[in-house]
Amino acid sequence: MTERKQTSISYRNGKNKLIYILVCTLSFLSMLPLFFIIWEVISKGYKNFNLQLFTEVTPSSMDAMLSRANNGPIPGGILNGITGSILIVGVAILLTIPLGLLIGIYLSENSQKRFAKLVSYLTDLLQGIPSIVIGIIAYAWVVKPFGGYSALAGSVALTIMMLPMVVRSTEETLKMLPRSYKEAGLALGSSYINVVFKILIPSGFGGIFTGILLSISRVMGETAPLMLTALGATIVNWNVMHPTSAMPLLIWDFYNDPNLVDLIWSTSLLLLIIIFLLNWLAKIVARKWKI
Amino acid sequence: MKDKLFKLLLFVASASVLLLTAGIIYALIGGASQAFGEYGFWGFITNSEWDPRSATEEYGALSFIVGTLFTAFFALLICLLFSLPVALFNGEYFKGTKISSFVGSIVGLLAGIPSIVYGLWGFYMLRPLTIELGINAQGFGIFTASIVLAIMIIPYASSLSSEFLSMVPNNLKEGAYSLGATRIEVIQHISLPVAGSGIVASYILALGRALGETMAVTMLIGNTNNIPKGLADTGNTMASIIANQFGESDGIKLSSLIAIGLLLFIITAIINLIAKLIVKHMSRA
Amino acid sequence: MENIEDTGREPILKLNSVSVSYVAGKNAVNEVSANIYPNTITGIMGPSGCGKSTLLRAINRMHDLYPNVKTTGEIFLKGKNVLQMNPMEVRRLAGMVFQQPNPFPTMSIYDNVLAGYSLNGIRLSKKEKDDIVEQSLISVALWDEVKEVMSKRGSFLSGGQQQRLCIARTLALMPEVLLMDEPTSALDPISTNKIEELLLDLKKKYTILIVTHNMSQAARISDNSMFMYLGDLIEYGNTRQMFTKPKNKKTEEYLTGVFG
Repeated sequence: MTERKQTSISYRNGKNKLIYILVCTLSFLSMLPLFFIIWEVISKGYKNFNLQLFTEVTPSSMDAMLSRANNGPIPGGILNGITGSILIVGVAILLTIPLGLLIGIYLSENSQKRFAKLVSYLTDLLQGIPSIVIGIIAYAWVVKPFGGYSALAGSVALTIMMLPMVVRSTEETLKMLPRSYKEAGLALGSSYINVVFKILIPSGFGGIFTGILLSISRVMGETAPLMLTALGATIVNWNVMHPTSAMPLLIWDFYNDPNLVDLIWSTSLLLLIIIFLLNWLAKIVARKWKI
Repeated sequence: MKDKLFKLLLFVASASVLLLTAGIIYALIGGASQAFGEYGFWGFITNSEWDPRSATEEYGALSFIVGTLFTAFFALLICLLFSLPVALFNGEYFKGTKISSFVGSIVGLLAGIPSIVYGLWGFYMLRPLTIELGINAQGFGIFTASIVLAIMIIPYASSLSSEFLSMVPNNLKEGAYSLGATRIEVIQHISLPVAGSGIVASYILALGRALGETMAVTMLIGNTNNIPKGLADTGNTMASIIANQFGESDGIKLSSLIAIGLLLFIITAIINLIAKLIVKHMSRA
Repeated sequence: MENIEDTGREPILKLNSVSVSYVAGKNAVNEVSANIYPNTITGIMGPSGCGKSTLLRAINRMHDLYPNVKTTGEIFLKGKNVLQMNPMEVRRLAGMVFQQPNPFPTMSIYDNVLAGYSLNGIRLSKKEKDDIVEQSLISVALWDEVKEVMSKRGSFLSGGQQQRLCIARTLALMPEVLLMDEPTSALDPISTNKIEELLLDLKKKYTILIVTHNMSQAARISDNSMFMYLGDLIEYGNTRQMFTKPKNKKTEEYLTGVFG
């Protein structure tokens, strides 16, 4: 080969190695924020992470201030936030699962129809709506007409956020099942409903359940929509039509109150533990039920 | 017979998505109508005044539109610096290995951390840093908010782009290697161009998320209603002004906030649509 | 094992006890030794899994891409041991054509032919580029068919044309040896025929090794043939002689279709 003007091999090899090192370094650095955040939350949160966190409601600002003046520990806990989260997310789950399953089933069976494509597109659209805007919607639909903040309004907002995820995972899971399941079921003379609920859904249980778990873990930490809908409460509330607290809302309240600010870390710790547990559970379910 | 009813039920359930969307648009437009009626659409989005005092009440969205775009784009830039290497790490260099799934999981966990916790961390850990670096006296502003925002969108950008990279056929890469190319040359000339539009779509989607982020930004951006001109400036984004002021507002102020919500809705919807079209165009090619 | 006519020329490619393993302890290619002479077509045949592609890929160091693969022995290309050279240099001397035509989808036909240069960072003048593209496409009999549409992407070409484009791309770098890994398996009979004719023409300038699962192809175009079975080189010799009077029983069984 004639010698042409070219970049030398050693330069190219050097460049190759350099970029390899750069990629590895930057990837490593990208993992660091997670550890910083977790470390911060754990190291500052474990002090107040005790039994009373779970058994007592949030202290009033006065009580906290007095306690601090006497160098005592912060009284109270976040029971109202824990029960509030359970209530709001619980109702949201009750609303989301039936609707999400049905839509997911429909989309998996009718993917060619124009109507289905429209529904699919709109589902994606819903997923992209910023959470604060969804808060505005729930405010307009529930808070205004009923004349007050309520857990239900919060649940409606969270339902809108959870729905697209559940629809997608149901649809994708069912689509991946072999055609023969449905055909064999029908060939045995079964009704369509039975095929869906006795064969398809159980077969796809893993993927569907994973989608539900992930959607729950996503909305557990949502604050913005709840600020406009559930508002918050200092007592334990199980009435779905009353304002209710939630863990993220409490973090926001504590953050804004100099007397209670030390509680933000233990609350965040609990929230992170719950979210990571849900994610981990979702992974296990996905692995166990691999089709 | 039961089957017919069931199929009808499925149809109705799906139709509810249409109703839901229509309802959302209707509610937003309805709520915003007072503000748009008063100021006009153009007038509203080009006005940088935000004055809640009852004597001189006047509202405009410009400061917040600028704040939103500024933080989101700056965050995207920072995110690019870290998420592209992660995407290359997982989709190319260490594709399919244990360490790649480890890195992928760690970065993925970043997506699970709630926005408010990011805000807390940014407030207590990054703010002092910003003050020390002399960027802003109180540590708030575009700079701090964008950095946290960037960290928040890294998992979205990197996981999607790494998927597109790993879908580049081995066949093509081997063709390039057999011509004597080095690894980075194959990545530069083959993997990145072939996965190119998918990667672009991933970043557009990440941008969409950044535009709508609320809590972390609210806690770090400084809550002032001016148009931010530099990284050291404080300001507000469309999401943060709603979060801050929705609580006790009514009348034209409430309507203005809802109008901002409508703008946010439209912007994120367009961004996501663009990303979708890119991916669809890709899979057809 | 060898009954190649020794024309007194130096072999261009010398394989000495070459072994390749994917899994520790199990050789996919087992101590293969052979001399390949310049300007010949050597067919490498054998049933599925016999190691023929593995052997071919060892020559241009493709196994470097997969960390669990181990190659031992010596492979001398024009006197230098390929296994000790810089892989990039090796690949410029030995070009490879793959089974599945793989023109780069984001490049035009013109750029595809020159890909070897652009990937290696070699700068050429416009005239040099035009010349190389024209020469390469002419030598694969594709020039007339594509000269009007060179700025278009290659994906609209037929399978046979795409494969010829890939051969042109390899030839553009003017390697000494062409390694062809079942180049016509994915093509229709007419395209296959065209490419076989092309290879017969190319051997005037190049040395060609062609892995094929089609023994009649080997019979048609190769001067010498290797028969491999379960990683071992069973027989290597003049094609005509091997097909009419194979020296090894296994070779005979393969050629008569006792096993596929």
